[in-house]
Amino acid sequence: MSRILTVKNLVTRFYTFDGVVHALNGVSFHLDHGETLAIVGESGSGKSVTMMSLLHLLPMPPARIEEGEAVFEDDDGPIDLLKLSKPERRRVRGGKIGYIFQDALSALNPVMTVGRQVRESIMEHLSLDQKAARERTIQLLEHVGIPGAKSRYGNYPHQFSGGMRQRVMIAVAIACDPKIVIADEPTTALDVTVQAQIIELTKRIQDELGISVIWITHDLGVVAGIADRVLVMYAGSAVEISPVDRLYEHPQHPYTEGLLAALPRVGAKRGKRLASIKGSPPDLQEPPRHCQFAWRCPYNFDRCWASAPPLFEVGEGHYTKCYYDMDQERPR
Amino acid sequence: MPEPNGPPTATADPAPEYLVRVEHLKKHFPIMRGIVWQRQVGAVKAVDDISFGIRAGETLGVVGESGCGKSTTGRAILQLQPPSSGRVFLDEVELTGLNESALRRVRPRMQMIFQDSYDSLNPRHSVGRIIMEPMVVQGIMEEADRRSRMAELLDLVGLNLNHAVRYPHEFSGGQRQRINIARALALNPDFIVCDEPISALDVSIQAQVVNLFEDLQRKLGLTYLFIAHDLSMVQHISDRVAVMYLGKVMELADRDDLFDDPLHPYTQSLISAVPVPDPKLERNRRRITLQGEVPSPARPPRGCVFHTRCPLAQEICSEQAPEYREVLPEHFVACHFADRKGGSKISV
Ligand SMILES: Nc1ncnc2c1ncn2[C@@H]1O[C@H](COP(=O)(O)OP(=O)(O)OP(=O)(O)O)[C@@H](O)[C@H]1O
Ligand SMILES: Nc1ncnc2c1ncn2[C@@H]1O[C@H](COP(=O)(O)OP(=O)(O)OP(=O)(O)O)[C@@H](O)[C@H]1O
Ligand code: SF4
Ligand code: SF4
Ligand SMILES: [Mg+2]
Ligand SMILES: [Mg+2]
Repeated sequence: MSRILTVKNLVTRFYTFDGVVHALNGVSFHLDHGETLAIVGESGSGKSVTMMSLLHLLPMPPARIEEGEAVFEDDDGPIDLLKLSKPERRRVRGGKIGYIFQDALSALNPVMTVGRQVRESIMEHLSLDQKAARERTIQLLEHVGIPGAKSRYGNYPHQFSGGMRQRVMIAVAIACDPKIVIADEPTTALDVTVQAQIIELTKRIQDELGISVIWITHDLGVVAGIADRVLVMYAGSAVEISPVDRLYEHPQHPYTEGLLAALPRVGAKRGKRLASIKGSPPDLQEPPRHCQFAWRCPYNFDRCWASAPPLFEVGEGHYTKCYYDMDQERPR
Repeated sequence: MPEPNGPPTATADPAPEYLVRVEHLKKHFPIMRGIVWQRQVGAVKAVDDISFGIRAGETLGVVGESGCGKSTTGRAILQLQPPSSGRVFLDEVELTGLNESALRRVRPRMQMIFQDSYDSLNPRHSVGRIIMEPMVVQGIMEEADRRSRMAELLDLVGLNLNHAVRYPHEFSGGQRQRINIARALALNPDFIVCDEPISALDVSIQAQVVNLFEDLQRKLGLTYLFIAHDLSMVQHISDRVAVMYLGKVMELADRDDLFDDPLHPYTQSLISAVPVPDPKLERNRRRITLQGEVPSPARPPRGCVFHTRCPLAQEICSEQAPEYREVLPEHFVACHFADRKGGSKISV
């Protein structure tokens, strides 16, 4: 499979009144054509900042992207997303790369009709006149499963239910034939039965259009259902990257292992205690001088406190930022 | 569940089967229109005629989609919002209809813990003061006793005395939920409504807090109404589970019966919609996908409230509401076809 996006050593910080927040400490990953990469991790681990860094959506200041590159394979050659000029950014964001947020209500303009918002996004990126863009909008709304799309063209966002708004967001995201769609917790605010509908819709569209998807979530159930590969984030670092089956069967980072063990098992016996990870994530005011998971890690040893671990390759396409070999039960 | 050290839960003899009993409980919120002359133009049927009991020492889980009436049920049981009609009993004391002062006397026995642990803690008060607050309000203890009780409570929830002088913002979400739990336990309740107490927490912290709930139940003989939308967590913590939809209980059963052999079409759909953390299982899974979304509780469908989305709906379903009844021993279902073997099973 060929690469569509390669992110290397992304470092993003926030310079706030209370000090520097080390939000991303060198995040590297790639995305292949047509695949779904899930990014999982706890609140504050840097999932959204990763996505927003790539799309130039962070408020600057306080944010600053200090280092890194993000090479996107455009039709006429590779471009570094982090080095784009303002007009190029607009061409890419919402055009080549579509995106969907958790909260569709605040992502949509409340005083503009839904139809017009989709139409304008189309006209900004594709050379269509108003009439053709309107046609395409209605087709799109139908395509994402909005009943009576024609008559709902003139409705405002608040006249749609949560699930329907998320469908509109998907329509906007795919309106301009994107190569990549980045979805940041697109179903977290929805009920499970509606979440199931949205996941089904996303998969269908991805198959039809051959889009690559980055799907951010904290739900390991959702990940199991949608991902080809998984990136696990912890405290601003990508601590494990793995094909999805391997990650669940054979996690190679103590944090991933702990997360999976903390989930209640279907069919588990009554009264069985959940395994839990002690403590809570570090605050990000200090730059990492050692493994960020060391305080909570059952395997930690002296080397873990001396320096931050690099990324080790532990299998095909499987990487972990950990000094401890969990299979051999000894340091690597 | 054996309760060797549990507090005595009943004065009546023989011990009643249920600690909490809910009979035909309704909570309707009026919808008002008009600026000068307000008039009622309808009602949101947030909770609409539900009945069940909760046994001493057990956990009854309540699941259902947003707006189905879970929180309203919890609040109406505790009389934090007076029910529109129906009766609620704690032991043999009828809570509905008690006057304020009588209610204040039973209040210490029942508590509520909410999802948002930050909003429910006063940011200007130290943790120690927050935990002692209910004791002060009840005015039943000396200062020194309150302090020692506070220390005891901190220890019980896995915090220590050093934490007492700190303020809520200095704690993580999971620790703040521990503070909430300590405060809820201050007056030795026997019944606690837990309203999405772990929903705002990260996975790794959820497990810590769920374990704490279970430990406390074992130690203190607590009875829980545990509200959550995470089905697998509810399955984990509950002895029995109630499934709600549009203000009504659709199904209530022992947790294993409910999850292994759900009889109501809505329960089946809900369980089927939950993704499981196992990629191989997920790939080969056949899902029941419900069409549409939950209708407004201001205008619930006629007949069976689920009929607009139910894959098994027949003509009768839009005309006549199914009776909520005990279809199998201890297994309650509201579906016309649940009595016939396999009659209410959706095939995928
Ligand atoms: N505008 C900002 N100013 C200061 N710090 C910020 C800002 N935006 C994000 N951060 C910090 O960056 C870190 C990463 O945040 P991010 O939003 O990426 O987390 P996340 O993994 O998406 O979490 P969640 O699951 O809660 O969405 C956090 O510590 C957060 O507090
Ligand atoms: N004070 C109120 N006034 C009017 N309507 C209300 C009030 N409180 C709740 N409702 C309505 O009653 C219905 C049930 O609400 P409730 O909060 O009990 O649902 P829930 O099951 O707890 O949902 P969630 O999962 O979102 O917490 C909803 O339609 C809600 O809008
Ligand atoms: S590097 Fe050390 S502390 Fe960090 S996760 Fe691995 S074993 Fe644990
Ligand atoms: S009564 Fe009818 S509509 Fe209601 S759940 Fe049963 S089959 Fe479905
Ligand atoms: Mg986020
Ligand atoms: Mg609620």
